Amino acid sequence: MTGGVIQSIDYAAVAAPLVLALVAGLVLLLDAFLPARPGGARVLGLVTLGGLVAALAVVAVQAAGGGTRRTFCVPASLGGEPAPGRAAPASCSFVADRFSLVIAAVVLAAGVVVVLLSMTEIAAGGDAGAGERGRIPAGEWYFLLLAALTGAVLLPASRDLIMLVVSLELVSLPVFALTALKRHDGRASEAALKLFLVSVVSTAITLFGVSLLYGVTGSVHLDRIDAALRATGDTARGMAGDMTGGMTGDMAQVTAVAIVLVAAGFAFKIAAVPFHFWAGDVYRGAPVPVAALLSVVSKASGFAGLILLLTSALPGRAALWAPGVAVVAALTMTAGNVLAMRQRAAVRLLAWSSVAQSGYILAPLAVYAVAPRAAVGASVAYLVFYAAMNLIAFAVVLLVARLPEGQDLEAYRGLALRSPAAGLSLAFALVCLAGLPPGLAGLFAKIVVFRAVVDGGLGWLALVMAANTVAGLYYYIAWTARLFAPPAAGESRTVSTRTAAGVAVAIAVAVTVVFSVAPQVVLSVTG
Amino acid sequence: MSWLPIALVGVPLLGVVVAAVPAVRDRAVAWGIVVSAVVLVLAVALAAAFDHARPADMQLQTDRPWIPGLGLRFHLGVDGVSLPLVVLTALLTFLCFVHLAGHPPAGGRPGALVVTLLVLEVGMIGTFLALDLLLFFVFFEVVLVPMYFVIALWGGAGRRAAAVKFILYTLLGSAVLLIGLLVVWTQAGTLDMVALAGRHGSGMARSAQILAFLAIGLGLAVKTPMWPLHTWLPDAHTEAPTVGSVLLAGVLLKMGSYGFARIAIPVLPEGAAALAPWLGAFAVVGIAYGSLACLAQRDLKRMIAYSSVGHMGFVLLGFASLTPVGLNGALFANVAHGLITGLLFFLAGAVKERYGTTDMVRLGGGMLRRLPYVGSLLTFACVASLGLPGLAGFWGEMLALLGAFRPAAGLSRPLFLVFMAVGGLGTVLTAAYFLVMLSRVTHGRAVETIPPPGSLEPPGPPLATAEGVREVLSEAGEGAEPVEPVATGAAVAALDREGAGQETARASAVVDDGRASATGAGAAGVGAADAGEMGRARRPFRDVTAHELAAWLPLVALIVLFGLWPKALLAVTTPAVQSLLGSGVAP
Repeated sequence: MTGGVIQSIDYAAVAAPLVLALVAGLVLLLDAFLPARPGGARVLGLVTLGGLVAALAVVAVQAAGGGTRRTFCVPASLGGEPAPGRAAPASCSFVADRFSLVIAAVVLAAGVVVVLLSMTEIAAGGDAGAGERGRIPAGEWYFLLLAALTGAVLLPASRDLIMLVVSLELVSLPVFALTALKRHDGRASEAALKLFLVSVVSTAITLFGVSLLYGVTGSVHLDRIDAALRATGDTARGMAGDMTGGMTGDMAQVTAVAIVLVAAGFAFKIAAVPFHFWAGDVYRGAPVPVAALLSVVSKASGFAGLILLLTSALPGRAALWAPGVAVVAALTMTAGNVLAMRQRAAVRLLAWSSVAQSGYILAPLAVYAVAPRAAVGASVAYLVFYAAMNLIAFAVVLLVARLPEGQDLEAYRGLALRSPAAGLSLAFALVCLAGLPPGLAGLFAKIVVFRAVVDGGLGWLALVMAANTVAGLYYYIAWTARLFAPPAAGESRTVSTRTAAGVAVAIAVAVTVVFSVAPQVVLSVTG
Repeated sequence: MSWLPIALVGVPLLGVVVAAVPAVRDRAVAWGIVVSAVVLVLAVALAAAFDHARPADMQLQTDRPWIPGLGLRFHLGVDGVSLPLVVLTALLTFLCFVHLAGHPPAGGRPGALVVTLLVLEVGMIGTFLALDLLLFFVFFEVVLVPMYFVIALWGGAGRRAAAVKFILYTLLGSAVLLIGLLVVWTQAGTLDMVALAGRHGSGMARSAQILAFLAIGLGLAVKTPMWPLHTWLPDAHTEAPTVGSVLLAGVLLKMGSYGFARIAIPVLPEGAAALAPWLGAFAVVGIAYGSLACLAQRDLKRMIAYSSVGHMGFVLLGFASLTPVGLNGALFANVAHGLITGLLFFLAGAVKERYGTTDMVRLGGGMLRRLPYVGSLLTFACVASLGLPGLAGFWGEMLALLGAFRPAAGLSRPLFLVFMAVGGLGTVLTAAYFLVMLSRVTHGRAVETIPPPGSLEPPGPPLATAEGVREVLSEAGEGAEPVEPVATGAAVAALDREGAGQETARASAVVDDGRASATGAGAAGVGAADAGEMGRARRPFRDVTAHELAAWLPLVALIVLFGLWPKALLAVTTPAVQSLLGSGVAP
């Protein structure tokens, strides 16, 4: 980093994604070379789990150590900008700061839950498989899962456009395959194809926007893009008195187009309106663990990318994108809630509800121009709360979905009486998602977001959120009531919580309870 | 730092946790009585420890940081405004459990009901004790889910829709309330209610105050409820089980009006002054509307529910006057309404239990003759509710009207005189509907819905169609000799289905046994069916039971006490109200 062209890599900084990538390779090798035994899938699952826990430990150590680790840096003398008189700081592609560590921790913790759910799903496929048709290949499954998680950990630490796009693709590509791994399942194949098409289109759009941004600013590093945009903005103001004067005016328009295109690409990933329509079918068709992955891990990394892009590369253009974000947030929560109301299948309902929740995560970003720190803090805090609550719901849904006709909401009638542990956990998750006590985690999450929005002066958005809270409650409470209703005659099936998924439920419930009693845990990290 | 407020919130919470233990779960109702009795003792201890020499000050405070990230502090305390409501809540909850011991819920699962009610108690008491805006909001929200389940699981025939309506309406109110509270917070920079009330709005722009008062007022008005946001209330009250109705009317509505006294008016005085005429207008419309709606009701429970709209209108009118007298009246009416309407709903539940219906036409008359104790208690409660001087209902409404007679400076006096006149008309209408109801239900000739034991009169001709049954019924209603036809199961069931749709399943199930005999007045099918189900088809009505008396008499005593000695309550509230309004002396 002393001006040479050879980069020195700080392996400690990239340790977490590195661990995941290595374990992914290990899993593939083990799958190939271990003799095929009945317990083989289980071993692979445990190895994956070990890798995740190791990565989580790395993240914890880095967080405890404090400070910010950077690597893959380009000195200021290189790159698009002519070096100014003073020594500009180097631009780094990989930065492990608090933001990236928080997102990485969420992703990894969610990954642990998803792996536990996968162990149940794969074991069930092995039991009921009757030969090859229903079986899920465990080695490939865990490899793809680890690959996606590697991307998700890499993404929040990315600080240049190329890294962002590459790691976003690393999250997305394995998920198509995971969705389709349940071979001979028409629904899963359809879901995979749909997800693939949507994702590829969104990547193309993002890349187009990225190329425009690069063209305008001459750099791919987020901090340099910001500096370049500010410079042109200042020049324009100096020349014509406003942003739309002369040559730089054209550039401003190109920048606007680039922002819209890049943001649209990320909007696909987080299923924001108007790019939300794929969510229902894909969640329903994919195996439940993959739906959980999509709704938490994939969404968290999408949000991380969007937040990085908007707040690191384009903070100077906040006046341009913030109103758009506000409108998209309002539309997303409304559309998600309206669509969720009429669902009869549990996973579809969760799909649309998670679209609605995306709206709440997006909403604080709309006041970024007024209160930057609070806005990002509120978004990330909501994301953390949401991840914990949503994973409970998905874990219980997986347990119930294993029953015949278990996908339908009717299967939940009386669940709290038949299987109290599962039923009460799901009820807790649902009131949390609705944002009502005793689900205090959800209530505090909502308060954080409302506070940021009201503080930022967006009264209309706060009112839309208030109306949407009620709309969301409608279906959450209907589902919750179903859990406590007397079971249908002759219905006495229970779900087994003595499986890996049961452990997953327990972990998620424990975390959510902690968040409910001491939300400060989250707020102090994200604030 | 005092442990009493924490214990008041913590004991019911602990009770919930312990109720999960299997050994306790089997005797859940007894456990509920124990826990709520401890809470009641604590509430009385709170009243005793309270320094009555300075009720305007916030006392027995406890203040701990909870969530620094939100600025949320666990700040509890009492003053003269909240103390009566805390004791009222503890008392009504305890009485509900006593009632529950003798009258297990119709929906079964008493253990779950006990847990739900205890969670409800945490929220209710916490709301009255909280001194932090967000903490208040958290407790305010705590009651929603338990009350939803009380209605949805143990309610009447239309319970599902009523419960959903209740929770959606009130959550919409809460969400708007939250926005208002956050506006206060961003403007004033603190969540501490004591500090905010001490400032009397200084440091907040008038426009922001109006905006915040609008949002907070709307949120509280849904809960109170204020016309035209009351539409959730009649359904919720009608469908809720007895204990649910009692707590809903006795305490939950008070949480809305308490919010006006604790937050909206003292913290946002300029906003209150700007919007008080509107509040007053909606309040008197509510009074008139509630009374007129009561006149049109056939169902006893629904009528009491609508009477709550009218009574809470008086409370809001008192607040709108922005004078110490008016606020005092509002707070007095608040407590009085809690006692009286609590008693009324207990009685309506008792009537429903005995007759199987609360439809006044089907009840027929003569309750005083048939059930002398229940009938006379009903008469007493109605008379108290219509505001007879000497009973608790009188003082609050009189003071509220007096407040409107001389509203705060800055409010239009002619306008408030009109409000007072309409309110006065409302008291007359209130008297009218209660007296009409009494004349229909308690007086008159008792119509034997169920034959006394041993008297096996020859049955009349069997009726095969709903038309036939109705014909007989209408004849009887016009005072003809009661006939004793035997309706076939199908006929009665059809009549039921065409009627309010109540208890169709139950009625037809029992009537199909061929045991039920439809007789003279209205309730024939259902009354007999209900009795048949209880396995006492040939027994007369039972008058008041020991559990009922235990639950009702404390309320009766307090209604009389506060009616004869209003100073007992006013001495506590008056200084507190003056300090809230920032005026040193009473006018």
